Amino acid sequence: MRQSNYYVILFSVILTIVLGGLLAATSEGLAPIQKKSVELDTKKQILGAVMILDGSEDVIALYDKVIQSEVVDYEGNLVEKDAEGKQIVAEDVEIERQFKKTPKERLYPVFKYLGKDGGSEIQSFILPVYGNGLWDNIWGFIALDPTGELIQGAVLAHAGETPGLGARITENEVQNRYKGKKLYNDQDELVSVKMLKGENNPESKLDEHHIDGMSGATITGNGVNDMLKNYFEYYKSYFKKQSATATL
Amino acid sequence: MSTETLDKPAKKESEPLLSKRRKNLVSDPLNDDNPITIQVLGICSALAVTTQMKPTMVMSIAVIFVIVFSNLSISAMRKLIPGRVRIIVQLAVIATLVTLVNEVLKAFAFDMYKELSVFVGLIITNCIIMGRLEAFASGNKPYDSILDGLGSGLGYAWVILAVAFFRELFGSGAIFGFKVFEAIGFSADGWVGMDYQANGIMVTPVGAFFVLGIIIWVQRNKTGYVEN
Repeated sequence: MRQSNYYVILFSVILTIVLGGLLAATSEGLAPIQKKSVELDTKKQILGAVMILDGSEDVIALYDKVIQSEVVDYEGNLVEKDAEGKQIVAEDVEIERQFKKTPKERLYPVFKYLGKDGGSEIQSFILPVYGNGLWDNIWGFIALDPTGELIQGAVLAHAGETPGLGARITENEVQNRYKGKKLYNDQDELVSVKMLKGENNPESKLDEHHIDGMSGATITGNGVNDMLKNYFEYYKSYFKKQSATATL
Repeated sequence: MSTETLDKPAKKESEPLLSKRRKNLVSDPLNDDNPITIQVLGICSALAVTTQMKPTMVMSIAVIFVIVFSNLSISAMRKLIPGRVRIIVQLAVIATLVTLVNEVLKAFAFDMYKELSVFVGLIITNCIIMGRLEAFASGNKPYDSILDGLGSGLGYAWVILAVAFFRELFGSGAIFGFKVFEAIGFSADGWVGMDYQANGIMVTPVGAFFVLGIIIWVQRNKTGYVEN
C-alpha cells in the first residue's frame, strides 16, 4: 500500500499543499513587518552616508527632518510624475527595478541632506548606486559635497557577498576609506574612486582617487568600482545643471 | 549511510524522560560522534560562515532549529512516508524550515538576514541534517529524534563557534566585535606601542581549514577515534 503509485502521488500532493500553504501563510503574514524593516534599513543607509547612527535615534523622524528628495532623469531634469500621471516619490523608486532598464530610461532619486538640524541649505547630495558584486547585486548610497565632486561618506550593502570577504563592504572601516576622495582629476575628467587589489597597500599607491582594497575580495571590489564609476557618470548631468543654476 | 535504528526497549513500562540512552543521544554527537570532527559532515558551512562569532551564532541557532524540527516532522511522518520518495520528502521538509528561518530573520533581524541569507539558504544542503533524517529520524520515535537532532545541532554549533572564535580573534583581533587585542594594550598608546596586526589568512577559508584541522586533530587524539 505504502509503495503503490497512487499512494506516492497522493502523499506528494498533500505534502506539497501543506508545506506550500505553510510557506505562503508565513510569507504573507510577515510581509508587512519585512516591508517595514526594508524601509527602515533603506533610510538608515541613506542617513548612514552622512552621519553616524548609534541605533538609539528614531530613524524615520530624523529622516523626515533632515532629508529632502527628488527624482531626476538621465539628463538631469526633474521628474515629478510617471507615465500615468502619478506623483513619483524618491523613497519609493526601487533602484533594483531601475537597474534593469537601460541607463537612459532609469529614474534617478537624489536625496539632499540639510544638516543635522534640517536647515534650508544643502549640505550633501546622497546618491543611490547599484551594481553587480561577485555573487549577487551590491548597492549603496554615496554622499557627495554640494559641488558633487568630493565624497563625504559612503554606505555599501550587498545581497550575497562572502561573509568576512566581500561582505566587508558593509563595514564602517571599509566605507570610511571613501571619505574625502575626489571624483574628478585636474583636467576635470571623471575618474571616480577605485578600490585597489589587496589590503594594506603602501601609502604611495593611495591617492585621492584610490583607496585600499579588501584582501580576498578583489572581484567584489571591482564590482564596487564599476558601480561607482557608472553612477557618477549617470548623475553627471544633474550636477552640471545644479552648478549652472547656482552660478546664475 | 548506515542506519542506526536503536533497538526498542523490550520492557513495557515507559522509559524515563531522560534515560541514559536518551542522554547519550544528546551527548554523543557533542564529542564521540561529532558530526563535524568525527563524521566530517557539514564542513562547507563550517569553513564559510565562521569568520566572525556573531553570524556563526545565528547560523548555529538556525541549524539547531532546522535539524530539531525536521527530525521531529520526519519522525512523526515516518510510517506514512513512501520509501521511494523519502529523500524528496526530507528535502521538502528541510527546505520549508530553512525558508521559514530566512523569512523570520528578514522580518525581525534584518541586519543578520543581509549578512547570512546565502548561508541560511545553504542549510538545505547541510549533510548533517539530511544524514540525521535518513539515519535516525526515519526509524525512531519523535521524542528521541528531537534529542538526536538537538545533540547533532549542538555538536555542529560548538565546533563552528570554536572555529569562529579563533578566526575572529586572530583574523580581526576581536570577539563578537569587541576588539580584544586593543583592550589588552595592542595599540599605539597601549603598552605594546603598536596595533595588532590582523592575520589575513584567518579571514579566508584557508584559515578555517587550519583551525578546523587542529580541532579535529586534538579532538580525535582525545577520543582515540581512528578512521578505518
